[in-house]
Amino acid sequence: MRRHLARVLLAIVASLWFLPAIPAHAEGESVVISGTMIDPNKSPIANVEFTLTAPDGSTQTTLSGVDGVWQFEVSQTGGFIVEINPESLPSGVGLREPDRLTRSVFVFNLNNNPAAVQYLTGEGPKRASLGERALQLTLDGIVLGVTIGLAAVGLSLIFGTTGLTNFAHGELITLGGLGTYFFNAYVGLHLIPSALIALVLTLVIGGYAQDQFLWKPLRKRGSGLIAMMVISIGFGLMVRYIFLFFFGGDREQFLQYAGQAGLQFGPFSITPKMIIATIIGIILIGLTIVWLTRSTLGKASRAVSDNPALASASGIDVEKIIMVVWILGAFLAGFAGIMMGLNQGVQFIMGSDTLLLIFAAVTLGGLGTAYGAIVGSMVVGLFVQLSTLVIPSELKYVGALFVLIIILLVKPQGILGRQERIG
Amino acid sequence: MHAPNTSQKEKALAALTNVPATPGVAKPDPIIVANNVVRQFGGLTAVNVEHVEIQRGAITALIGPNGAGKTTFFNLLTGFDKPNSGNWTFNGVELAGVPPHKVARMGMVRTFQLTKALFRLSVMDNMRLGAKDQIGEGIIRSLLPFFWRNQEAEITLRAEELLRRFKLDAKKNDFAAALSGGQRKLLEMARALMVEPELVMLDEPMAGVNPALTQSLLEHIKDLREQGMTVLFVEHDMDMVRDISDWVIVMAEGKVVAEGPPESVMANPAVIDAYLGAHHDLTLEEE
Amino acid sequence: MDFLFIFQQAISAAIGVNAIIYALAAIGLNMHFGYTGLLNFGQAGFLAVGAYTVAVLVVTFEVSIWLAFLAGIGMSILLALILGIPTLRLRADYLAIVTIAAAEIIRQVARSVSLREYFGGSDGITGKFGADFFALNPFKAGLDTPILRFTPNDLWVVLVGWLLVAIFVVLTWAIVRSPWGRVIKAIREDEDAVRSLGKSVYLYKMQSLILGGVVGSFAGFVYAISRQSVQPDNYSTALTFFAYTVLILGGAARVLGPVVGSIIFWFLLVFVEQILRQAVANDIIPNWLLNPNQVGQIRFILVGLGLMLLMIYRPQGIFGDKKELALNARA
Repeated sequence: MRRHLARVLLAIVASLWFLPAIPAHAEGESVVISGTMIDPNKSPIANVEFTLTAPDGSTQTTLSGVDGVWQFEVSQTGGFIVEINPESLPSGVGLREPDRLTRSVFVFNLNNNPAAVQYLTGEGPKRASLGERALQLTLDGIVLGVTIGLAAVGLSLIFGTTGLTNFAHGELITLGGLGTYFFNAYVGLHLIPSALIALVLTLVIGGYAQDQFLWKPLRKRGSGLIAMMVISIGFGLMVRYIFLFFFGGDREQFLQYAGQAGLQFGPFSITPKMIIATIIGIILIGLTIVWLTRSTLGKASRAVSDNPALASASGIDVEKIIMVVWILGAFLAGFAGIMMGLNQGVQFIMGSDTLLLIFAAVTLGGLGTAYGAIVGSMVVGLFVQLSTLVIPSELKYVGALFVLIIILLVKPQGILGRQERIG
Repeated sequence: MHAPNTSQKEKALAALTNVPATPGVAKPDPIIVANNVVRQFGGLTAVNVEHVEIQRGAITALIGPNGAGKTTFFNLLTGFDKPNSGNWTFNGVELAGVPPHKVARMGMVRTFQLTKALFRLSVMDNMRLGAKDQIGEGIIRSLLPFFWRNQEAEITLRAEELLRRFKLDAKKNDFAAALSGGQRKLLEMARALMVEPELVMLDEPMAGVNPALTQSLLEHIKDLREQGMTVLFVEHDMDMVRDISDWVIVMAEGKVVAEGPPESVMANPAVIDAYLGAHHDLTLEEE
Repeated sequence: MDFLFIFQQAISAAIGVNAIIYALAAIGLNMHFGYTGLLNFGQAGFLAVGAYTVAVLVVTFEVSIWLAFLAGIGMSILLALILGIPTLRLRADYLAIVTIAAAEIIRQVARSVSLREYFGGSDGITGKFGADFFALNPFKAGLDTPILRFTPNDLWVVLVGWLLVAIFVVLTWAIVRSPWGRVIKAIREDEDAVRSLGKSVYLYKMQSLILGGVVGSFAGFVYAISRQSVQPDNYSTALTFFAYTVLILGGAARVLGPVVGSIIFWFLLVFVEQILRQAVANDIIPNWLLNPNQVGQIRFILVGLGLMLLMIYRPQGIFGDKKELALNARA
């Protein structure tokens, strides 16, 4: 944001400086708009196609050379648009920002230095083999599924024990991610201790304190479920913009492990940090399942989900269970935030942007069942990633939400949901 | 009011005198006939009724220990729940798969164990809601009051009469939420009558009603029979069952285990067994 | 601080286009949430469908704006059907999740690069698509008083907008006091009771969803016409949540609730924002504490906090009475 602003200011200053000095249409002179295409391994990429649209609407096309360099010569001032043809990239190479195919270039005068346009490349879909792409996307899907699953289990447990459809659950993810970033970038700690401190913070503030000071008093007042749902919307909105207020709107990377190179395992490519984070995530989900099925508290929490009145009557301290579930839910969501941060950086809307996928996962699995939430998360994670085989990647979330609607149409109680009893 | 009382009761009893007291027995003039109705929840079979018939014009009680499947059977008959298999008819019309509102329109109206008074509607609006075929309930015609004003007046008149009968007329402009638990039961029954049903199905009409109101509620139920309606009700209170029912059907573990006139059924060892046997593992799920 | 300016801005907002858009959106929500008990969290989707239908048809396909309005209404009915068919038989929270998801689908499809030639991507569509509408503008001069300033076109939009609000308020009033309104209010209280009395709950919920959705599409028309552009990110879930705040502020299940709520909402929002802006500009609030960029963010924090506090302490709206509060407490 700030850098962007600086660039705009510079451009304005530059235009004020140059415009009066040189006439807009200097005959016989030209400017070169150019760039160099290199792949993630720093080798130049040839034969990438670029199209330039001039201010008068005319277009010209060029290809990058063997040195990766491409260029257009222009002889008019005004706004130009460069567009890359992503289809012309070689197999296995993609754009770092696949949604940004165009760049605007403003030519103020024709004596200017060559205008450089940069397209960064990254791991891309391997168009050569659909099978290989599918395998890589399956791996990505599992990573996404685990991330969503961590948050979905907590959401589902809280829903099961309190009936609250928590629209502020995404903010727990953000708290985990942004909290880590805070200790990492502002306080200056290494990423790992930062993450640990942020997790503690998330479970204490986001879990314990949120329940004790917001939801518990509301339960005591006998607030209705719909009222609490609306309250969670307001709470989420407030917290989200408090994050924005303090951290700004930019997407930020953690200071360590940011530019880690991917490891190649046959057709699969994955960074070491994501291997470790995903394994920890799977272990955490596994431990949660063991806790739910083996420990007294876990079993009690399932009893509370099934029938709070009965659980209470048989001597279970329902409020204590709810407190534990909140702490656990916040912890898991916080870790999901750290995972997301490692993968794509942290931002104030990272949680709320994911919330709908989490809801989709929980709904698919059948509202209120923890196992269903996990299965639903894997389905959503895999679906979101694999759907990019056939639909543009910018629409991958749309596909997942669409499937949610379709599944509700066919099997309303979710994949693992139980049928409800009336009366 | 009490003179014809005996005649309708005697008619019902006379029709049932020669019916043998065996589970699933055929009745001379059944309003409901159900066959092989099965409902399972997970692995648990909640209802498994091979055959049962409900006699027209009589008051039939459906009794059984907790978890016997009475309420579930009610839900199935009225379309509020779907069975795994089975079929049943009402006045000879096949009802399996018919949605609840259509069941109600055919003249088979139920109440609920937990009263469903519509809290933020006035008592009068609760009543008016029950009336069938209202012109003003169409979305377009609702905007043109001259279409429905006359009908609304007729409905209001009928509602006022029923409210008087149920001694709720003083409360007609109050929110239903302001009524006591017993009054809500009365309101729910009166509202069901607004539908002009042939068969009234009452799910535990006495539950939570204060004893002062019990007697008047009983009279109201008997009154339904006098007006030519058939009554099927679920109840735990044995005194009430003995007092008002012409026929008793006993369910246990989802099955019909006994039926017959009240005195003979209550002396039936199978019934006593079902109750005592089930009392050891009382389940709370139906409460 | 220039209090006249602050006051002028706040008053303009309270009777201006934004208040109209949110009043209409909330009138639709009132039908859904206030009267029928439907949790529609995708009202932004209905606005988007209305706004985009008009923009796309008029700009890209050069259809007459009046036909485009009709098409917009048709599209909102279609959206209501698509949302309602899978969810209206299910528990209330399913509708909430599906509607919020659908509104996001609409927004993301509208801003997608692949469909830019139809919807204009993240920049949306800009054009003179209100020309036919403004051609009917009888105002030759705008309004220029110390408190209120409107250009002739603004004045025309505001007049027609409030007229629409009035029409829908009267319509709501008429329909909720009819037997139809009785049925939907009964559905809000207890669906099963209504079923047991022979009414098709599904049919009534669907009618209510369509009705409120159509009113929402009118909010979208006003949005698009007043700005002569549509932008996908204007129709994010925040719009829906703002509309809920408006509704609850004015009082759900009150005929005038959405209108009163919208006027107060926009007055307060702009009033507070302008005071903060002036305080920052005049160094009353130091820059390290609050910079001009952050003032806009305070709006969202305030709305979030306001929605929470309203729902906790005054769920019946700021003018609701105690009696209804007692009835509400258990719902």
